[in-house]
Amino acid sequence: MAGFDSASLRGDFPILDRVVRNGNRLVYLDNGATSQKPRSVVDAEREFYFHHNAAVHRGAHLLAEEATDAFEGARTKVASHVNAKSEEIIFTKSATEALNMVAYGFLNATLDKSGVGSPFHIDKSKNIVVSELEHHANLLPWQQLAARTGAQLRWFPVDPEGRLDLTNIESIIDAQTAVVALTHQSNVTGAITDVPLISNRARQVGAIFVLDACQSVPHMKVDVQALNIDFLAYSGHKALGPTGVGVLWGRYELLEQMPPMLTGGSMIESATITSATFASPPKRFEAGVPNMAQAVGLGAAIDYLNNVGMGAIAEHESELTSRALAGLGAISGLTIIGPTNNHARGGVLSFTVEGIHPHDLGQVLDDKGIAVRTGHHCAWPLMQALKVNATTRASFYLYNTEDEVDQLVAAVIDAKRFFKV
Amino acid sequence: MSLESLYQEIILDHYKNPHHKELHAPYAIEVHHNNPSCGDEVTLRLSLNGDSIGQVSWSGVGCSISQASTSIMSDLVTGKTMSEALELERIFLELMQSKGNFSGDVEVLEDAVALSGVAKYPARVKCALLGWMAFRDAALRAGSS
Ligand SMILES: Cc1ncc(COP(=O)(O)O)c(C=O)c1O
Repeated sequence: MAGFDSASLRGDFPILDRVVRNGNRLVYLDNGATSQKPRSVVDAEREFYFHHNAAVHRGAHLLAEEATDAFEGARTKVASHVNAKSEEIIFTKSATEALNMVAYGFLNATLDKSGVGSPFHIDKSKNIVVSELEHHANLLPWQQLAARTGAQLRWFPVDPEGRLDLTNIESIIDAQTAVVALTHQSNVTGAITDVPLISNRARQVGAIFVLDACQSVPHMKVDVQALNIDFLAYSGHKALGPTGVGVLWGRYELLEQMPPMLTGGSMIESATITSATFASPPKRFEAGVPNMAQAVGLGAAIDYLNNVGMGAIAEHESELTSRALAGLGAISGLTIIGPTNNHARGGVLSFTVEGIHPHDLGQVLDDKGIAVRTGHHCAWPLMQALKVNATTRASFYLYNTEDEVDQLVAAVIDAKRFFKV
Repeated sequence: MSLESLYQEIILDHYKNPHHKELHAPYAIEVHHNNPSCGDEVTLRLSLNGDSIGQVSWSGVGCSISQASTSIMSDLVTGKTMSEALELERIFLELMQSKGNFSGDVEVLEDAVALSGVAKYPARVKCALLGWMAFRDAALRAGSS
């Protein structure tokens, strides 16, 4: 048993009491897409708006001071959560924006006349390494960067279980590799990447390592120092936080050399009609009045996660995953798309059922109040590699219970009966 | 709204034994449509017989709703004049956009009225429309060429 009782903390999440279709209580198993919010997160946003709201870093008044304290306080929480320094944390609108910020850093350094010699300067002699299992958010920015600069796009293939096939790591990541951008935990298969193994190789050849941590930071202890990486991105909304706030962490010496993607107010050191110099990170990357209430909400989410404990959350999800792997795995005609044993995998479980299209399965589950995701999960290349058109995906979080896993298994069996397969 | 009324027998029959689901040659126009949000795809071929729809054939992957709807559509439009077929498409689209407020005229839409329940599930309307939109695209291109 994990160190907490998931049933007892459900009361903190008002939405979990919702009655949905046919009088059924909501069983929310779509946490990979977005998480639900505890009261404390919404309260923190409300408290900010009702009592402290002002533009941070700008006004000469008390509220501006309080707002700045709240915003910077959130930055400190986000930083220590992943064992980083506060000035290395950039608030973005999402993981998608954070990943684009790094890719556009490369593009802008490449376009800048002064960019030659910068670690972000690339050309067609260089290559960019991704993998077949990336979410589109960590594929398209790099694919487009390669297309625009002439750099070569390379990728790690996946094995039939949906894990990265690292056999050719030495030739895929070579002396010409400028950046390696990979996902920590697949949002489709749940497979967890052996990050230190790959980041050490990237370090050896002097490549920058970017980690898409959307599916890991909300669910397990993540330490950017131990992982030996250079950039990390995640979205607040998948980690109990509000929508509209994401995080980019970068090593300070790299952030100092990275050109901004967005320019405008609050990110300059000085400006004239024809030129500007930029502020130091993180301000350089936070142009405009930022998403203050959302950042404060994310701070409250991190407090909530830390109170429960990241280790305990990971353990709890692992128990649910074991139960789901056993229950679903015993259904004839059901294929788990991803690792079938509970080693180096998280609480994201994709599957297909012979004779039932995922959409139709999702519809039957919805009819019973069970919310799952169906489709390609924004990872088309992975679906192509695994030769599936679409899957049904259940993804767990700290408030899910064993009973909910059992309801999922029973509902899939019912669906087979309904469609007579 | 029950699952049984969404998934009527007729739909499951068409899903298990889809009609015209084998690409035929020769053909006048071929189109390929997909639903980027779910990955369902259809390739549709159309041949004309004077001003009438000669043959519709298709291949594709997708859920029972999209497959059945495409199957039913191919039955319906075959042999109709171009303007009759496009009128059917308009009526079916209207049914799908009705939010479930009307059930469709069985004299006109035949088996396609079985899909009326889909209109109550906004997320599934695009499934039911995939094949129809491919047909409309092909018909308009055929008409203009
Ligand atoms: C692995 C992974 N990367 C990136 C993203 C993009 O996150 P967002 O859409 O919040 O920017 C997601 C979310 O769907 C994801 O699961």
